[in-house]
Amino acid sequence: MKVPLHGAIDCDLHPAMPSVPALLPYLDEFWADQLANRHIDRLPFTLSSYPPSSPLSARPDWRTRSGAPAADLDAIRRNALDRFAVHCAICNPLHGAVALFNDDMAAALCSGVNDWMASELLDQEPRLRASILVPGQSPELAVREIERVAPDRRFVQVLLLAMGETLLGRRAHWPIYAAAEKHELTIGIHAGSTYRAAPTYSGWPSYRVEDYVAQSAAFESQLLSLVAEGVFQKFPKLRVVLIESGFTWLPTWLWRTNKTWRGVRAEVPWIDRSPAEIVREHVRFTLQPVDAPRAEPQMLLRTLQHMGSDRLLLFSTDYPHWQFDADDVLPDGLPEDTIAKILIDNPRDTYPRLRDPVMGQAQGTGEKEVQ
Amino acid sequence: MNIAVRQAPATQRLKIVDCDIHPVYRTPAELHPFMSARWREHMATFGTHFRHGLHGQLPYPRMMAAGMRLDSFPENGPPGSDLDLMRRQHLDANGVEVGMLIALSRGGMEERNLDFGAALSSAINDWQLECWVKKEPRLRAAIVVPQENADYAVAEIERRAGDPAFVQVMISPRSSDPLGHRRYWPIYAAAERCGKPLALHVAGYSGGHASTSSGWPTYYIQEHYAMSTGMQNTLTSLVFEGVLERFPKLKVVMIEGGFAWVPALSWRMDKHWERMRAETPHLRRPPSEYVRERVWFTTQPIEEPENPEHLSDIMEWLGWDRLMFSTDYPHWDFDDPRQVFQGRLTDAQKTRLFRDNAKALYGLQ
Repeated sequence: MKVPLHGAIDCDLHPAMPSVPALLPYLDEFWADQLANRHIDRLPFTLSSYPPSSPLSARPDWRTRSGAPAADLDAIRRNALDRFAVHCAICNPLHGAVALFNDDMAAALCSGVNDWMASELLDQEPRLRASILVPGQSPELAVREIERVAPDRRFVQVLLLAMGETLLGRRAHWPIYAAAEKHELTIGIHAGSTYRAAPTYSGWPSYRVEDYVAQSAAFESQLLSLVAEGVFQKFPKLRVVLIESGFTWLPTWLWRTNKTWRGVRAEVPWIDRSPAEIVREHVRFTLQPVDAPRAEPQMLLRTLQHMGSDRLLLFSTDYPHWQFDADDVLPDGLPEDTIAKILIDNPRDTYPRLRDPVMGQAQGTGEKEVQ
Repeated sequence: MNIAVRQAPATQRLKIVDCDIHPVYRTPAELHPFMSARWREHMATFGTHFRHGLHGQLPYPRMMAAGMRLDSFPENGPPGSDLDLMRRQHLDANGVEVGMLIALSRGGMEERNLDFGAALSSAINDWQLECWVKKEPRLRAAIVVPQENADYAVAEIERRAGDPAFVQVMISPRSSDPLGHRRYWPIYAAAERCGKPLALHVAGYSGGHASTSSGWPTYYIQEHYAMSTGMQNTLTSLVFEGVLERFPKLKVVMIEGGFAWVPALSWRMDKHWERMRAETPHLRRPPSEYVRERVWFTTQPIEEPENPEHLSDIMEWLGWDRLMFSTDYPHWDFDDPRQVFQGRLTDAQKTRLFRDNAKALYGLQ
C-alpha cells in the first residue's frame, strides 16, 4: 500500500556513491597522490554484493537511460523524498572501501565518502541524514573516524556490513560500540559482504540470488553474536538497526535462542534476561525487504504478532534497490496504529539524533495524507 | 536435560517413529571386523583426519556431560553405545515403533583422506547392520557415504540399495562445496534410482568453512544456532542450484536443523527469485513449491515460542504432512514425546507428526 501519512522517516536510502576523483578534494595529499599514481582512482569501488546492473540494485524505472541507478540528489528528491512525503531519510553509503585489505587506505576513502556526503548531500538537502562509513575491520581507525565525524549531528548512525571478517559481537569491535554509545549514534548493520568468508557454512554458492538469500542468515548470526558476547550488557544504551535484513526470520530466532539459552546459560552468564527481551529493547529492523507472500497478507500479520512487539520495524524504501513496485512501499493489511509506529514513532525512538530540536517538527502521530 | 526421566514403559497409546537416534561404538575395535588390515592399521596409526583444531574433541565444549543426557551413560562406553540401555531407556520407555539410526561420527563423511573415508563408511554401514538393525528390529539404518568422493558414494549406495534395513542415504551438509553443486549430483541420481530419501543431519565442522559468513563464532550457544542458519544455506543451495528440479523424484529429509524457519526462508527465496529469475532459468517454479513438495523436516530441537500457538501457525504454513518427530537420543537437547508439542494439536495431527508422516515417507508398514 501507499504511505498514508506525511512525515515518515526513511531509514534506508542509498545515494549513488561518488567516483574516486570526486573524493580527491576531501583526501589529504598523500592519499590523493597514491590513488592517482596507482590508478586506484579508476576503480569504481562497487561492492560485489550490489552489481550495478542486477535487478536488485535498482528498480527499472529508477534507472537512467544508460541503465545506471539514478540516485543523484534530484532523483532522490523525485523518487523517494517527495514521492513518499518523508520528513527525513537516512543515507546509507554502500561503498567498496570497506572491502579493501589495506586498513589505512580504507579509512582514507571512508573519510572522503563521509565528507563528500556532508557537503554534497546533507548541505544541499535538509531532509537528508547519513550513516558514518567506517573501516569496520580496524576498530582503531573506525573509532578515529567516528570521533572525527560525530560532532556533525546530521550523522545519526555508524554503518557496518552483515558479512565481514569476524562476527561483530567479538570484543575487538567493542571500541566502536563504546564510541557510538558515547555519541548517541546507533549501529547500523547493512546487508552486504566483504567476502572474507564464504557466504554459507558449506562454501561458495554459484548464484548471486543465493548470496542475497543468505544475507538473512548472516544477520541471524550477527544478532546472536551481539547478544551472546554481552554487547548490550556492556553498552546498555546501544541501539542496533539491522538494515535490509528482512525480518520475517526473527520469530524463529527469538524462539530458538530463548530455548537454547535456557539450556546453556551458564556459558554466557552475563546474559541477565532472555535474549528475546534484549532484542526487543536494543535491536530494530528496517522494513524493506518484506519477505512474505504479498497475496496472503494474513501471514505477515501473524508473523508480526510472532515478533511480539510493534516497536521493532522502521520504515525504509531501500531506494533505489528494487524491493517493491509503484508506490507499494508498505505491505497490505497493516493496522493504522502500526503504520504510524513504523513510519514515525519507531525511527524517532531508535535514533537519538533524530530527536534533536534541529530536526524540526516531525509529529509523533503523523499528519493525514493530503495528496 | 539432566533430570531424571521416566524409565517405565510408555503409557501413551500412540506408538512413534523417532527420526533421529544416534548410535556410537563402544571402542573403535567394534569396526575392525568390517575393515581390511590396511585400514585397521591406518586408523590405529594416523586416526581420522578432520578440518578442525581439536581432533576428536569438541572445539565448542558442551555445557553438560559432553552434550549427552547424563542418564544415558551405560556402565561401559559412551551414550548410545549400549543397545540394551537404548531399548530400556528410550525405545521401550517412549513407545518407539521404528527408530532411525543416524550414525554421525567416524562414518567417513568428515574424513579428508577420501580412501580412508570410503573404508570407514563401508565399515560403519556393516556395523549398523550387524550390531544394531539385525539385533533390534525396530531400528533402521542410513547408508553413510562420504559426499566428497562421489564415485565411491554411488558404489556404496548401489551396494546397499536392495537392503530394506537401509531406508535412506546420508551425507553431511558440511560439505566442501554447497550441496547443490554438480560434483554431488551423482549421489542424488543414485539416491533417486534406489528410491531412498536423502538424509541431511546437521554437522559441526567437516567442510572446513566457517559456520557463519563472518567466521567462526565464540560460544556453543552460537555453534548450536549455526545448525539452523546452516540448514537454511543448504536448502537454498538445493533449490537454486537446481537439484530439486533436476532430480524430480528425490526426497530430502533435513534432520535436527529446526523447522520454524522454513516458511520465512521460502518466502524470502520466492521474493528474490522473482526479481532475479533470469539468473537461474533452470528453475521452472517458485522455490517454495520445491520445498513444499520435496523436503521433510524433523522436529527436534523444537523451537519454543512464548505463545505455543504460534508454532501451530508455522506447522500450518509448512504443511502437517512434512514434519516428523525426532528425539536426538541420547543428546542433551533430547525432545520428550510427552512434552514436545506445547500447542493444541488434534489427534489426527499428532498421529501424523509422531508416526504417519515418517511411515509414508519411508514406506514403512
